[in-house]
Amino acid sequence: MTELPPFQTLIDEHAAEVMAVLRGAVGREGAEDAFQETFLAALRAYPGLRDARNLRGWLVTIAHRKAIDHHRARGRAPVPVESVREEVVFDPDPADGEVWTAVAALPPKQRAAVTLRFASDLPHAEIAAALGCSPAAARRSLHEGLKRLRKEMA
Amino acid sequence: MNATMDKPLERLRERAAAEGLLDVAYATADSPFGTLLLARTPRGLVRLGLPSEDVDATLAELAERISPRVLQAPGQLDEERRELDDYFEGRRRTFEVPIDWQLSRGFLLRARQGIAAIPYGETRTYTDLAREAGNERAVRAAGSACSRNPIPLIVPCHRVVRSDGTPGLYAGGVEMKKRLLELERNS
Repeated sequence: MTELPPFQTLIDEHAAEVMAVLRGAVGREGAEDAFQETFLAALRAYPGLRDARNLRGWLVTIAHRKAIDHHRARGRAPVPVESVREEVVFDPDPADGEVWTAVAALPPKQRAAVTLRFASDLPHAEIAAALGCSPAAARRSLHEGLKRLRKEMA
Repeated sequence: MNATMDKPLERLRERAAAEGLLDVAYATADSPFGTLLLARTPRGLVRLGLPSEDVDATLAELAERISPRVLQAPGQLDEERRELDDYFEGRRRTFEVPIDWQLSRGFLLRARQGIAAIPYGETRTYTDLAREAGNERAVRAAGSACSRNPIPLIVPCHRVVRSDGTPGLYAGGVEMKKRLLELERNS
């Protein structure tokens, strides 16, 4: 077991990035609340954490769970999503900052679909459930979002 | 950290404190000797780092020995900072902030509580200290009660001197010890 560094280290090193990821996932308005929820959840769980090797991935994974909670709470007909996997599924490269800035600029549905797909690695059905829309609509949002991103980044 | 993060982080500190998640709150404080590190638990001041001590190493040690929930939260240490300011300016002779003794055990705890009782402007020898802590022959241990005192200044180990009247060693340097004794003589 690796020793856990003081929690402040996680804030100093990753808070700004977590905030950027959340802006991408839930938009500027919801990001601040999701940020609080993310770091409070992390702080609660921190002393019991067994592996200190990928603290950044751990934080970003919690952030994505909070982003999904946010979408579910706002979804029109939320359907329970199967339990979100615990392992780190998203570990963005800091050099990807530009992409996430472009993602943040997408319309809300597209933005959420893109983030849930690529950051949280959710299948279409679960994205649909999280967004409270049909799988076909989720697929469409994702497709439109990606098309727009390709144009932006080209 | 950019300025746009200031407000969210301030709110996070407030909520963490309200939820009882601030196991160790720390802040820095200016002093005539350089920057001090102050750390407290909900029970009281648990550690004071002198300018000679490495901040990162001190915080890592607190994370290991007390809890990894170590957060920078200057507002939690306002009273400690105020009392120290007053002390350095000669306006305060006793400290009132609560102390958390959890980093001291057994003989070292008794010796340090003995140090805390030495009145302002007075001194004791290492032998006095050992005797008062219940073991007259433990002079060397009394020395390490001072040299490894987790809360110097507030637990005034600078008031413990050698039997021949010379100041003896100090974690913050002999010069600092001399100046502290001088400050207390002249205030």
